Amino acid sequence: MMLGALPDIVSGLLCGALFGYVLENAGFGSPCKLTAQFRLSDWSVFKVMFTAIVLAAIGLTALQAAGLISPDSLFVPSPYLGAAAIGGALVGAGFAVGGYCPGTSVVGLFSGRLDALVFLVGLLIGTAGFASSFDALEAWTTAGEVASTTLPEALHVNAWLVNAVMVAAAVFVFWIGGRFERRLGGPVTAREAVDGAGPPTHH
Amino acid sequence: MGLPEALTSVIGKNTGVGILANEHQSSTFAFTEFQTSCLTNGLSMSEHPSPAGEPQPFWGALRAGITLGAVLLLTFTLTGHGLGATGFTTRLTAWIGGGVLPAATAANTYLGPMLEDSKPLSAWITWQVLGVALGALLAAWRAGRLRWQVDGARSLGSLRRLTMALIGGAAAGWGARVAAGCTSGLGLSGAATLGLSAFVFLGAFFAAGLVVSRLVRGVQ
Repeated sequence: MMLGALPDIVSGLLCGALFGYVLENAGFGSPCKLTAQFRLSDWSVFKVMFTAIVLAAIGLTALQAAGLISPDSLFVPSPYLGAAAIGGALVGAGFAVGGYCPGTSVVGLFSGRLDALVFLVGLLIGTAGFASSFDALEAWTTAGEVASTTLPEALHVNAWLVNAVMVAAAVFVFWIGGRFERRLGGPVTAREAVDGAGPPTHH
Repeated sequence: MGLPEALTSVIGKNTGVGILANEHQSSTFAFTEFQTSCLTNGLSMSEHPSPAGEPQPFWGALRAGITLGAVLLLTFTLTGHGLGATGFTTRLTAWIGGGVLPAATAANTYLGPMLEDSKPLSAWITWQVLGVALGALLAAWRAGRLRWQVDGARSLGSLRRLTMALIGGAAAGWGARVAAGCTSGLGLSGAATLGLSAFVFLGAFFAAGLVVSRLVRGVQ
């Protein structure tokens, strides 16, 4: 079923446009809304990511079980857990300070945010900084390698069990997130996001 | 716009007018510019709000999550891999480096190999990021959420906001190269394949974000 016949320009533009359209509609072009997840007052980032991961994971597990996708044709990230932890911490810190992650900064820029353009320039500077010290840092990129590539392999359980636990975790995230949101003033609205955050100006 | 959305938007606008009426009854309210804009919107029958009008609400998290999951699954079935972002910015860094500092970039162990075919931007991820830009622009424009601004300037001041955006971007760009992926490419897409490193990445990402947002006052 791998429809690999589509040229890069078609599948890239199609998947990218859908991705950007959904991210903007989720409110993920707004640095205020994005970082409100870390202040625990808006759980949209957790809820949306969890739902998408669970749905795609179930779909991929089903397609593999049905023999429609071969596991070999699927890109699974290498298990360099140390590298993932260091990189994840730096991207998370950059998100908290800069207001975006790399993908959402593109969405921010194309919903009119000039600070997102500066974040993108920062991304290029960070990449250049990494590249210029790559000879010293190369060991970081393969740090903490383990034998298992996937969660079911590492835990010696069936992929369906992992999917079921993730569904339960997603339900929990919606429940606990809703409680926090009600207590801390609720998710950032489109009006607040378009107005550019700022000190509370409730009318 | 489908019928349910159109109905919701009409109901939403009526509610706006209702609130305005209440405020009038309750008293000494000055007829501010804000209220004038509510009134204009309330009476307007236009489907697409003007740039100065009331922006349409964001999708709910469940709807956005299900749609994003479907897009991610579609991407995997079409290409065998997920969605990303920093694959492009890394290639862009190599391309700019090749123009500005050709000798140093070609000699660089990390960026040099990308210049070998002399077309560092010729890749699927470039088209995908261009697509993200177009999709985001369309969504923001259709919903009346497109506004040119330095977002966060109101809470931090422009200079401080832009400095923090630059520093945050640099940290994220550096980190994404260490992990060989970002929130989309490694976190979202990797977790969909149940990849172990994706879950470690997401855990470290959220832990660091929670801690740093308590130490540094960012966009609010």
